Amino acid sequence: MKVLVPVKRVIDYNVKARVKPDQTGVDLANVKMSMNPFCEIAVEEAVRLKEKGVASEVVAVSIGPQQAQETLRTALAMGADRAILIQTTEDLEPLEVAKTLKAVVGEESPDLVVMGKQAIDGDNNAVGQMLAALLDWPQATFASAIEVSGSKAKVTREVDGGLQTLEVDLPAVVTADLRLNEPRYASLPNIMKAKKKELAVKELGSLGVDAKPHLKVVKVTEPPKRAGGIKVETAQDLVMKLKNEAGVL
Amino acid sequence: MAVLVIADHDNTTLKDNTHKVVTAAQKLSGDIDILVAGQNAKGVADAASKIAGVRKVLLAESPELGAGIAEAMEALVVPLMANYDAVLTPATSAGKNFSPRVAAKLDVAQISDVIEVVDGSTFVRPIYAGNALETVQSADAKKVLTVRPTVFKAAAEGGSAPVETIAAPAAPAKVRFVDQKLVKSARPELSGAKIVVSGGRAMGSAEEFQRVIEPLADKLGAAVGASRAAVDAGYAPNDYQVGQTGKVVAPELYVAIGISGAIQHLAGMKDSKVIVAINKDPDAPIFQVADYGLVADYKAAVPELMDALTAAGK
Repeated sequence: MKVLVPVKRVIDYNVKARVKPDQTGVDLANVKMSMNPFCEIAVEEAVRLKEKGVASEVVAVSIGPQQAQETLRTALAMGADRAILIQTTEDLEPLEVAKTLKAVVGEESPDLVVMGKQAIDGDNNAVGQMLAALLDWPQATFASAIEVSGSKAKVTREVDGGLQTLEVDLPAVVTADLRLNEPRYASLPNIMKAKKKELAVKELGSLGVDAKPHLKVVKVTEPPKRAGGIKVETAQDLVMKLKNEAGVL
Repeated sequence: MAVLVIADHDNTTLKDNTHKVVTAAQKLSGDIDILVAGQNAKGVADAASKIAGVRKVLLAESPELGAGIAEAMEALVVPLMANYDAVLTPATSAGKNFSPRVAAKLDVAQISDVIEVVDGSTFVRPIYAGNALETVQSADAKKVLTVRPTVFKAAAEGGSAPVETIAAPAAPAKVRFVDQKLVKSARPELSGAKIVVSGGRAMGSAEEFQRVIEPLADKLGAAVGASRAAVDAGYAPNDYQVGQTGKVVAPELYVAIGISGAIQHLAGMKDSKVIVAINKDPDAPIFQVADYGLVADYKAAVPELMDALTAAGK
């Protein structure tokens, strides 16, 4: 079974995003970039499927600038077998990302696509669902457990108020939630090994995907700041203030 | 321009999120229909018909719709969109699950987590965990939006819209519902609660989390939340998680116990009306957003708080 794992290079999750003064976007110059945390979970899950003997090959794919090769090398160091970069300097919308991934799926014919439920830059939570819809594949989003048996997968999903289990026929798209696993750190020998693994680069234009934008970003602004509060000395003070001043008790 | 609002419900009860998304829809159009997709959900449709300003309620029922299967929702909603210029879905895990499929099938962008409707094609949404707000203008003829309910006021009741039953789509062939384990709790639901008490990594264990956070929540009639750090460490279940990657809440009162205030947590609760933080680290970022901060070890402060609440008649 072949597993395709799309990964995205995003601002490191420990870095606070700062809005550019001209309101055209978020300032990413000289900012630490990393693999999107949910993509890391997806890579880990795919590698575990390979280690269990369920998957035979794990292919990582990223759509982005040349520097996204670093993100793919991370995936290779974690245990992916090879990688593909669909190179573009444009910032694609989720629908265009899904269309591009559909083209990659067409070339690679994976049995399973495992990907993060959302990227922590755009916070759209849409690409996996869109890809499944475009392929007419079943989907299982927000996965906290994946169990593959033969041509089916049982996926436990994080839903409002609890857990839901679905059974999907393969091929399918599964999106990873936080508790699916704890991603490993790549070891130094594996980082060295990853440098020798295959990383193919293709220009986005060569896939023939309709990548016209549907949205225009009018502006990006800072959210309104909360006015600073006060410190109270004791729990009794706190209760009195909540009761008499804030009126919330 | 007519718009469709997808109801949030559990097949028995219509959730307040629906009323809030109706308010967002009113900024787009006066012709608002509500779709109740579920199983044995006639009571939900009747409740939706009472929302003021609703033109009609559509009710579609099947086991797959009742289980919220995304493929079934897509098969139901996409053909309906011939009659609508926009579809608005509450940005719950159920809504986020199917709405992008509808957008993809219509070949339009989805605009996720809308917090403001500027005009018929311009919307504001948070990006980067709420550290930036993006205003986008859509060039698509049909708009597919998920709406963050907590920022909109609930639409009033007092309507009497007709309920029209429509056919449910055939069951999707490649996906089957196996089972569902919902946490039964006497506490209010996290995303709609008036008061939320959340615990962080400082709790140190699941036992301590339950010992400290749950009695305080029960005393206040509050829902229980947790930081991602506490969830990651296994102290609290994932559906307690408040933050960018979990639930976004905006209660009247948010009480953060032993939570440092990572960016990703703040993104999920900074719109709360009143924020209380108890943390022994005076430099914890949580104090920058707290209206009332108490610098203290929760081990001493929470029992004192319980006593003070008792003394205040709680």
